[in-house]
Amino acid sequence: MIWSLDPEMYFIVYVSLYVSFFSTIIASILGVPLGFLIAVKEFRGKRAVITILNTMLALPTVVIGLLVYAFLSRRGMLGHLGLLYTPKAIIVGQVILILPWVATFTMAAVSRIDERYRRTALTLGANALQAAVAVAREARFGILAAIIAAFGRVIAEIGIAMMLGGNIKGFTRTMTTAMALEHNKGEFVLAVALGIVLLAVSLIMNVALQLVQGKYGGSR
Amino acid sequence: MRKIVFIVMSAALVLAALPALAQDKVITMSTTTSTEASGLLDYLLPEFLKDTGITVRVMSKGTGAALKDGMDGNADVVFVHDKAREDKFVADGYGTKRYYVMYNDFVIVGPESDPVGIKGAPSVAQAFKRIAAAKAPFVSRGDDSGTHGQEKQLWEATGLALTDAKSPLDGGNWYFSIGQGMGAALVFAEEKDGYVLSDRGTYLNYKLGRSEPFELVVVYDGDDMLKNPYGVIPVNPEKHPHVKFDLADTFAQWLVSERGQQVIGSYQLHGQPLFFPDAK
Repeated sequence: MIWSLDPEMYFIVYVSLYVSFFSTIIASILGVPLGFLIAVKEFRGKRAVITILNTMLALPTVVIGLLVYAFLSRRGMLGHLGLLYTPKAIIVGQVILILPWVATFTMAAVSRIDERYRRTALTLGANALQAAVAVAREARFGILAAIIAAFGRVIAEIGIAMMLGGNIKGFTRTMTTAMALEHNKGEFVLAVALGIVLLAVSLIMNVALQLVQGKYGGSR
Repeated sequence: MRKIVFIVMSAALVLAALPALAQDKVITMSTTTSTEASGLLDYLLPEFLKDTGITVRVMSKGTGAALKDGMDGNADVVFVHDKAREDKFVADGYGTKRYYVMYNDFVIVGPESDPVGIKGAPSVAQAFKRIAAAKAPFVSRGDDSGTHGQEKQLWEATGLALTDAKSPLDGGNWYFSIGQGMGAALVFAEEKDGYVLSDRGTYLNYKLGRSEPFELVVVYDGDDMLKNPYGVIPVNPEKHPHVKFDLADTFAQWLVSERGQQVIGSYQLHGQPLFFPDAK
């Protein structure tokens, strides 16, 4: 089935990769700077922000699905956008799911960098931005690992994809929702084939991470 | 000390044996979402327990998956609605016999304004034709359930050119194949303000059994093609020696007995009878 290039199956894989890729990109664009700022800045309520982020790490996907559904549904506040049951709706839900992950792990990675590192950069004549970049470069593996973990989280997630995408054939059917459907139908061939693809994607992601770390790991 | 240990151990043994004793009269049934969602089983199974002392554990899924459970020996009895596939199930030796139990009917549910004008259609095939011609949003279960099977037959009856999956088109912007249960399909249709083929029971539950309003209404019903017969089949012990055939057969016999048929006929949902006994 995998080798016979079944177009239906490949479209399902494509939809999965597409929504996961974009939700990871968006969550990274928002989450990395957020985590970075929380790590290096001192401000009132910092502890509260960290607690909220940590709580959000444990948000079940069905809760996010339900909340976003309430907003995007025809009766909801944003119903006129017509987003529900489109790939965009899945992306919205998945960004909410992994934004706290990216932010928290970025924060942790940046916090691990010694404060003296930044101060040294400043004494060497770097301006605040250059010093921040220096710290970010030092923390890049932690940040990259966070992004890859986030991607792995969304590509394997089913609650949001099912509730907000609606598992529409040829439009919003992802690997996970297709697998659930095949199981409901009592058919396992496609489900197993998709499972293999899903595992392969995880493997490739992890190998990529190892390679990146191996190549530049010496500088740590 | 030893005494205490001994007492605790024997108590544990007795406790461990209790579920086993209770389990002697339990069967597993794989059935469709409509029998469970309509509330029929909650009404019928306690009566069956009262008469026979047999507990029925219910797994509800699409007809395809329910039959698969029977084929794999994961259930003692199946209670589904797709006569062609049920007959094949028995012919292939997975089940011992198909008993006629009851029927209910399908309805086309859609927006009250009925933009396509289905209400006046002379036949259900014509109604489907009008939906396709107008490219009105149509939600398909697409999950190989009995309802989905029925929908495929109706598309065939229209005489339109169909895809391999027996749908008027593959994906596209008005035919939504969502691969989910009846409830999800109804909610989806409401969201799209479109049409959907539903069993009457699930529709009534959404229309009258919820706190939120459900905007869609029955726009077409009553065609003979919309009759939906249910059958019960005990799983064949020759295929799967571990199934509890005696208890499963007791259940099937009870359903088609005068008593079982009377219970089925007396069940009402929101003041309407839903299933009509038709044991032969």
